[in-house]
Amino acid sequence: MQYETVIGLEVHAQLLTDTKIFCGCSTKFGAPPNTHVCPVCLGMPGVLPVLNKKVVDFTIRAALATGCQVGGRSVWARKNYFYPDLPKNYQISQYELPIAERGHLDIEVEGRVKRIGITRIHMEEDAGKLVHDPAAPLSYVDYNRTGVPLMEIVSEPDMRTPEEAAAYLKALRDILVYLEICDGNMEEGSFRCDANISLRPVGQKELGVKTELKNMNSFRNVGRALEYEMRRQAAALDGGGSIRQETRLWDAQGGKTVSMRGKEEAHDYRYFPDPDLLPLVVDQAWIDKARAALPELPQARRERFAAQYGLTDYDAGVLTAAKPVAEYFEATVAAGGAAKAACNWITSEFMGALNAEGLEIGQAKISPAGLAELIKLVEEGALSGKLAKEVFAEMFASGKNAAAIVEQKGLKQVSDAGELEGVLQKIFQANPNEVAEFKAGKQKLMGFFVGQVMKETKGQANPKLVNELVRKLLAG
Amino acid sequence: MELHELTLEQARELLDRREVSAKELAQAFLDRIQATEPQVRAYLTVTPESALRQAEAADQALSAGRSGPLTGIPCGIKDVFCTKDLTTTAGSRILENFVPPFDATAVARLKRAGAVVLGKQNMDEFAMGSSTENSAFGPSHNPWDLKAIPGGSSGGSAASTAAGSCLFSIGTDTGGSIRQPASHCGVVGLKPTYGRVSRFGMIAFASSLDQAGPFCRTVAGAAQVLQAMAGHDPADSTSSPLPVPDYGQALKRGVKGLKLGVPKEYFVSGMDPEVEGATREAIKVLQGLGASTVEISLPHTEYALAVYYIIAPAECSSNLARFDGVKYGLSVRQEQADLMDMYLDTRSQGFGEEVVRRVMLGTYALSAGYYDAYYGKAGQVRTLIKEDFLAAFQEVDAIVSPVAPTAAFELGQKADDPLQMYLSDVLTLSVNLAGLPGMSLPSGFSPQGRPIGLQIIGPHFAEETVLAVGHAFQQATDHHAKRPAL
Repeated sequence: MQYETVIGLEVHAQLLTDTKIFCGCSTKFGAPPNTHVCPVCLGMPGVLPVLNKKVVDFTIRAALATGCQVGGRSVWARKNYFYPDLPKNYQISQYELPIAERGHLDIEVEGRVKRIGITRIHMEEDAGKLVHDPAAPLSYVDYNRTGVPLMEIVSEPDMRTPEEAAAYLKALRDILVYLEICDGNMEEGSFRCDANISLRPVGQKELGVKTELKNMNSFRNVGRALEYEMRRQAAALDGGGSIRQETRLWDAQGGKTVSMRGKEEAHDYRYFPDPDLLPLVVDQAWIDKARAALPELPQARRERFAAQYGLTDYDAGVLTAAKPVAEYFEATVAAGGAAKAACNWITSEFMGALNAEGLEIGQAKISPAGLAELIKLVEEGALSGKLAKEVFAEMFASGKNAAAIVEQKGLKQVSDAGELEGVLQKIFQANPNEVAEFKAGKQKLMGFFVGQVMKETKGQANPKLVNELVRKLLAG
Repeated sequence: MELHELTLEQARELLDRREVSAKELAQAFLDRIQATEPQVRAYLTVTPESALRQAEAADQALSAGRSGPLTGIPCGIKDVFCTKDLTTTAGSRILENFVPPFDATAVARLKRAGAVVLGKQNMDEFAMGSSTENSAFGPSHNPWDLKAIPGGSSGGSAASTAAGSCLFSIGTDTGGSIRQPASHCGVVGLKPTYGRVSRFGMIAFASSLDQAGPFCRTVAGAAQVLQAMAGHDPADSTSSPLPVPDYGQALKRGVKGLKLGVPKEYFVSGMDPEVEGATREAIKVLQGLGASTVEISLPHTEYALAVYYIIAPAECSSNLARFDGVKYGLSVRQEQADLMDMYLDTRSQGFGEEVVRRVMLGTYALSAGYYDAYYGKAGQVRTLIKEDFLAAFQEVDAIVSPVAPTAAFELGQKADDPLQMYLSDVLTLSVNLAGLPGMSLPSGFSPQGRPIGLQIIGPHFAEETVLAVGHAFQQATDHHAKRPAL
């Protein structure tokens, strides 16, 4: 049977505040276990949470950037369940009244734009981490992460393919990174995704039974897990079976999802309003202030780049996918580098080199002004395109500026017509047959002459000038 | 007169005149503790060394002229308040060896005001109870009649204040836990408006109801203690930012011209006639002092008990979840046990029967499918109860009523009947549900010589009115001046 896949995503994004959501402890990752803790985040008897306003600021930004209804009164709730990584054995979250609702995100898949609904955004505290001793039946708990602020973004079940899910996830991540409220790192767990997926016969309105997928710690794994689950559910339905409502874990090594718990074993979280925190009231002034401080978002920037710099949609998309890259590009242009050339350099040589070294653009030794200089040298004919790549590689490795490298290595392009004429005369004398044929109309011998000149000048001749000179000297 | 018989105001005068040193005073109270504890058992921990150290510091402050109203005044602390480096049990086996790394804000403020902490006082486990019989460490006894309960949950604090083994104490009141024991022990007990005193560092029972307040023999003394404790605390989001008035000044107001409401629903069937008699007598005294009285109705009173026993257990089921053997307190780890075993063993060995009962009640009330019918509905009725009071305060300045339907009952009398026990708070619960200030003060004695208390209830943040009425009453009567024969 033909099925339609229905996918909804729940994303947990760690917010980049300096301190935790309900106490003053640092949120810094990687500290020795249990060093970023205090009585409050350890849930000691008698302690009380105090809300970090920055968490609200950040969440409002995300809500505005995704077109959510934000503001009014939202309520903190306790989600009760026992687990050693949760010191109070309840998580402070938002339940019935979240801070933001009813937003959307536009995604593009195979050239088609599609709007994905966002059901709600709410804030909550993260849990700690269990560390299991492989040598003994012992587990330890690290509470450094306890109380790190999380934002949960729940989508509508609007996605129909794993590609759409990936595009949504990517677009959402780009926005959060642009807003500088989340580092978007899936591998380190600062951007996590759970997926709800169900199948229904094409044409049927009613939703099928869904499963919830967890433990997908990369974009690739989200795609793989959804593909697998789609096939698994289809096979089960085709075989006359039914889907069990359950939570399944993605096993990346095995390339499959495995059942974790069924609906029957699902927790009853006994949500109720947290009496330790007042309802959160976000007024219009707060929203207006946040809106005024919003940066240009990826989609708007992509459209602007295409229009302002005459770039293709594809190139504009590549440049704007990450904010630092987009900013680097604009800084290069501002320093006098031609936009098209800057785009070409950044999207090909530069990104290739960065990827090879595992670096971010901000860590590169080449400044936007340095790149602009290189572009100008090529443009002015002082450096050939081919040699420019060599110069770039040297700049990337050493951080030296382009002119110095050209000078040092003697790579300066020979654009002296007199010097080149001398070289050409020698070549003409040595190759009379070719000269005669060229004169007789065999234009493609141009390549031969240029090649010979390059050979003589070790590639430093300005090819454009060589072309002109050949035509001039052999004319008539 | 012995030093332990002084009122807080008298002790203040003697200290300020340097007729007695803070150290002498502290020693006198430590001696009194030695003398009375075998019978009263008000304290769980006594800290003579640190008390004398604090007293010496108080003497230095007094000599340097840097003293405040509580400098050098010896006090007790209900063991529900976290005290830095000093065992804090909440009356529970599960916290028997718990030593907090911080002071509760209320405690820190008393210390800052110069008070001398004598020790930690007994209570019903996690403040759940009305007699101290739910303490994991044995009950306290009523100094007026050692066979009788001192009331609860802050029974140790009330008994100690009555026995003269502290000059004042601080307790907590979730459904009457300050006012009811104050009534039974013949002392003043004040529950401030919800949010007036920080809850930070108070081990939570029911967060939306808990409030800390003082015990003292006099209203004037209680006003001084409240002055030191009250005020906004950045560590407690539910503490009020309203400025704290001068409560000492408020005492002078008197009752002349005040209109006092007498709720007809508060004279319940089953009430001891002498309780009703003492209350009516007290009302006459207040009338004699220039107050007018009017009968009022608080029509939703009858639902308060049911509402309370949904909301308080629901909140406690969540608040007490943290006691799991993982981080602090009791941790029972048997050979070959898994995580679930550790949870179950720790909690079933660590919690007493009443705590288990309320955790189960609360867990049930919050369960999927029951939430709306119980917790949701209770919240709605709570609003109605609060509105009853708000309507009454349109008409009257304060409300006067009995505190408990009976004088103190005997130890063991209701210990096996939780419902009977719950009824002893029937006249105090509504005040917590509405978040109002309420005070109990001595208004007479039963034929067996057990104290009876009068309750004064004010509008939100009208502690000044409550104190003014209470102080005027104490100026005109001498119930509070009587001492138990110990």
